[in-house]
Amino acid sequence: MIAELGLAMLWLASALALLQLVAGALALTKRGRELAGIVRPAAVIQGVLSAGSFLALIALFLRTDLSVKLVATNSHSLKPFIFKLAGTWGNHEGSMLLWVTVMAMAGGFIALFERRLRDDTMLATLAGQAFVSLGFYAFLLLSSNPFERLAVPPPEGNGLNPLLQDIGLAFHPPTLYLGYVGLSIAFSFAIGALVTRDVGPAFARAMRPWVLGAWIFLSLGITAGSYWAYYELGWGGWWFWDPVENASLMPWLAATALLHSSTVLAARNALRAWTVMLGVVAFSMSMIGTFLVRSGILTSVHAFAVDPERGSFILALLAIYIGGALALFATRAATITEGARFAVTSREAALVVNNVMLSAILGIVLLGTLYPLLTEAFGEKVSVGPPYFNPIGAIFFVPMLIVMAIGPMLRWRDDRAGRISGKLALPALAAALTALGLVSFAPTIKPLPFLGMALAAGLAVASVLPLVGRDLRRTPLPVYGMVVAHLGIAVALFGVGSDSAFSIEKLVASRAGESHKVGPWQVTLRSIEPVAGPNWTALEATLAATYDGGRLSLLRTQSRNFTTPPQLTNESALHTRWNGQLYVVLGEEADDGRWQLRLWWKPFVPMIWYGGLLVGLGGLLALIGRVARDMKRSRAEDKIAYRRARQGR
Amino acid sequence: MITPLTFPVAPAQAGAYPTVAPVRPRCIDKESLSRPLPAQGRRTLVWLMVAMMGLFAATPATAQDLLPPAPYAYKQLDDPAQEAKALALMETLRCLKCQSQSIADSDAPMAGDMRHQVRERIAAGEQPEAIRQWLVERYGDYVTYTPQVRALTAPLFAAPLVFLLVAALLLRRRFRKTRGGKP
Repeated sequence: MIAELGLAMLWLASALALLQLVAGALALTKRGRELAGIVRPAAVIQGVLSAGSFLALIALFLRTDLSVKLVATNSHSLKPFIFKLAGTWGNHEGSMLLWVTVMAMAGGFIALFERRLRDDTMLATLAGQAFVSLGFYAFLLLSSNPFERLAVPPPEGNGLNPLLQDIGLAFHPPTLYLGYVGLSIAFSFAIGALVTRDVGPAFARAMRPWVLGAWIFLSLGITAGSYWAYYELGWGGWWFWDPVENASLMPWLAATALLHSSTVLAARNALRAWTVMLGVVAFSMSMIGTFLVRSGILTSVHAFAVDPERGSFILALLAIYIGGALALFATRAATITEGARFAVTSREAALVVNNVMLSAILGIVLLGTLYPLLTEAFGEKVSVGPPYFNPIGAIFFVPMLIVMAIGPMLRWRDDRAGRISGKLALPALAAALTALGLVSFAPTIKPLPFLGMALAAGLAVASVLPLVGRDLRRTPLPVYGMVVAHLGIAVALFGVGSDSAFSIEKLVASRAGESHKVGPWQVTLRSIEPVAGPNWTALEATLAATYDGGRLSLLRTQSRNFTTPPQLTNESALHTRWNGQLYVVLGEEADDGRWQLRLWWKPFVPMIWYGGLLVGLGGLLALIGRVARDMKRSRAEDKIAYRRARQGR
Repeated sequence: MITPLTFPVAPAQAGAYPTVAPVRPRCIDKESLSRPLPAQGRRTLVWLMVAMMGLFAATPATAQDLLPPAPYAYKQLDDPAQEAKALALMETLRCLKCQSQSIADSDAPMAGDMRHQVRERIAAGEQPEAIRQWLVERYGDYVTYTPQVRALTAPLFAAPLVFLLVAALLLRRRFRKTRGGKP
C-alpha cells in the first residue's frame, strides 16, 4: 500500500510540474495572463507531493518491506536503524528520488518565499524549474521506478554495500544533493531572467541567498567526503583527484564564481551576462557530474547501476538542458549589456580576476577529468592525476590567492593602490616570515607546499584586515561571513601544505609488546583480539602511543569482516592533537606471526577540514545576514504600503 | 593465526555482489562495486559462479593473497632519502587494478609488486624517471598519473596557456575601454 501511495504521489507531482510549466509559459503571453495565479500553488503542492513520495520510500526501508524490489536488493532486516534509513538513498533509484524531491522542494520554497523578483521573471523562473524537474521525473518514472514490487518476496534482503555503512557516508549524499540540486535554482533564475530580459541588481539579490544556501551544503559535503576518504580508505590521503571528487568540485568552483559575480551585479549592476552565464554553468556542472558518476562511464562507488539505457537517458537530459540554456543565452546575450564600468584598481576588478581564475581552474579540472575518456575513445588509455592537477591548478590558484588578499580592501568603482599599500604590509610580512621559517627549518621542502604555506599565512592575516578599523558591532554579517570564509581557505591551505610537506609514514611488522617511533610519537602494539559488532566480526589491535614521552593514549584499529554481503574493511584509528594527527591502520599478518602496521604522523592535517568547516560557517553567516536584511526590508515596505493605504482612505 | 569468524552466505543473498570473497576497500576495484541483477539468460552461469564464490567466502583470503607479498611491497627502504624518492614516484604511478588510486595508496597485490619493483630499483640507484619509463613501456601511458607530453596529450598542456590568453584578452578589453572613460 505504501509503495503504491508513493508511486501515485510521484506521478501526481510530475503532472503538477507539467501544469506549472505550461501555465507558467502561457501566463507570460497576453492571452494566458489569468493562468498566472496557479503557478505558485502548483510549485508548492508539487514540492509537498514529492516529499511525501520520498517519505513513503523511507517508510518502506525502515519496515524492510521485502516485497519492494529496491528494498530487497539493498537492505537487510538485521541492519542497524541508521543504515536502514541511509539505505533509502544508498542506491540508484532512491538517490534519484532524493534528487527530484530536493528539486521540487526548492521550487516550492521559491514559490513560497521569493517576493523580490518581477512577476513575469518569477513565472519564467518557476516554469524553468518545472521544465528541468520534468526530465528527471521522466527518468525516474520511466526507467528507474523505486517502488517496483516483486511477485515473490525473498526471505531476506541483500544488504547494503559495507563501504557505505558508515555514519559519515549516511549523511554525505543528502548534504551533497542539497548543494548539487540547490544550484538548479540558479539555473532556473538565469533562464527566467534571460526569457524576460530582466538581469539587474534585483535579480542578483534575489538569486544570491539561494546560491549561498546551495554553496554552503556543497562546501560541507565536499569537506565531509574528503574526511571520509581520509579515515575510511586507510591510506592517509584526503584528495585523489578522482573523477568522482572532481565531479563535486566543479559545481563548487562554478558556484563560488557565481557568488562573487552576483555580488558585483547586486552592488554595481555590472557583469550581467557573465553572471547569468555562470548560473547556467553551475547547475550544468552538477548535471555533468551526475552523468559522469552515474552512467557507468566511470566505474566508482557512486555508479550504483551500470546500465547503458540509464546513461543515455541522463545524456539526453544533459543535451536538452545545457544545450537549450546555452542556445537561449546565445540569442539573448546580445541584448544584455555588461552594465556599469570600473577601473583597474577597484573591487569589481579584483572580483573579475577571481572569476577568471576560478573559471580557468574549472576548465582545467573539467578537461583533466574528461581527457582520459576522450583518448580512450581513440583507443589510447592515459591517466591524468595529481602531478597534472596540482601544478597546473596552481598557475591559476596562486594569483587568485594574492588577489583574494587584496580585493576585499579595495573600494568599489575606483581606488588608489597607495591607499591600501600600508595595510598590506602586514600580510606580506606574515608570508615572508613563514617563508623564512620554512627555508631555515626545512630546506628540502618542495616548491608547491612551500608556496602554499607561505601564501596561507599571508592570506590568513589579510582576510581579517577588512574588519580592522571598523565598528565591529555595526559591521554587517555578510562581511563577517566573507572574513570567516576567506580565513577558512587560508586555514585549509596551510593544512594541505603541511600535510604534503611534513607527513611521516612508517610501515612496520610488529609483535605484541614491540615499540616503534613515528616522528615525535612512540607507538607500542599491545594486543590483537577478535571482536564482534551487529553485522560484522573483526580483529582489533590495541596500541599505546605517547607524544614526546608525555601522557599515554590508547588507539584501537580494526580489520572488519562484514557478513551481509561479505567484505573486508579497515577501520583506521586516529589520535588528534592541536598540532596534528597520529594515524594507525592494522594490515595483514605476516608468515612469522608479526602484524603489519601503517603509522603516520601528519602535522596540522586536521586544519584542512577545519578550514572547510570555516568556509561553510562563513557562508552561513552571510546567508543569515542577507535573509535578515531582506526580511527587515520587506517588513518596512509592508508598513509603508499599509500606511499609504490608510491615508488614501 | 587468529581468524575472525565468518558466516557463509547463501548464494541468493549475494546475488547483487559479484565478488563474495573479501575485498579490500582501499583498492576499490570494479568487482567490489554493486551491479544490477544480471539478465535472465545469464542466470544459470551466474548462480554457478556465485555458488563457487560462496565457497570462497568461508576463507578469509583470496587466491592471490595466498602468495606471500614481495619483500618491499610493505617494507620501507632503510635510507630515508631513498624511501622519500621512491614514495614520490609511487604516488604518481597508477594502480592498474583499482578504480582511482596510486600504487602508494593501494592494497592490491599487483600494486604491492610494483612498489617492490620501484623500491628495489631506487635502491639499486636507478633514476625515478627511468623507472617510470620502464613501467610505461610495460603497461602503457595509463600507468603514470603524470601525462607524458606527446601529440595525444598536447591539448592538456596547451589548455592553461589558452586559458591564460583568453583571460588576458577578456581583461584587457574590459579595462582598456574603461581606463580613460568615465564610468
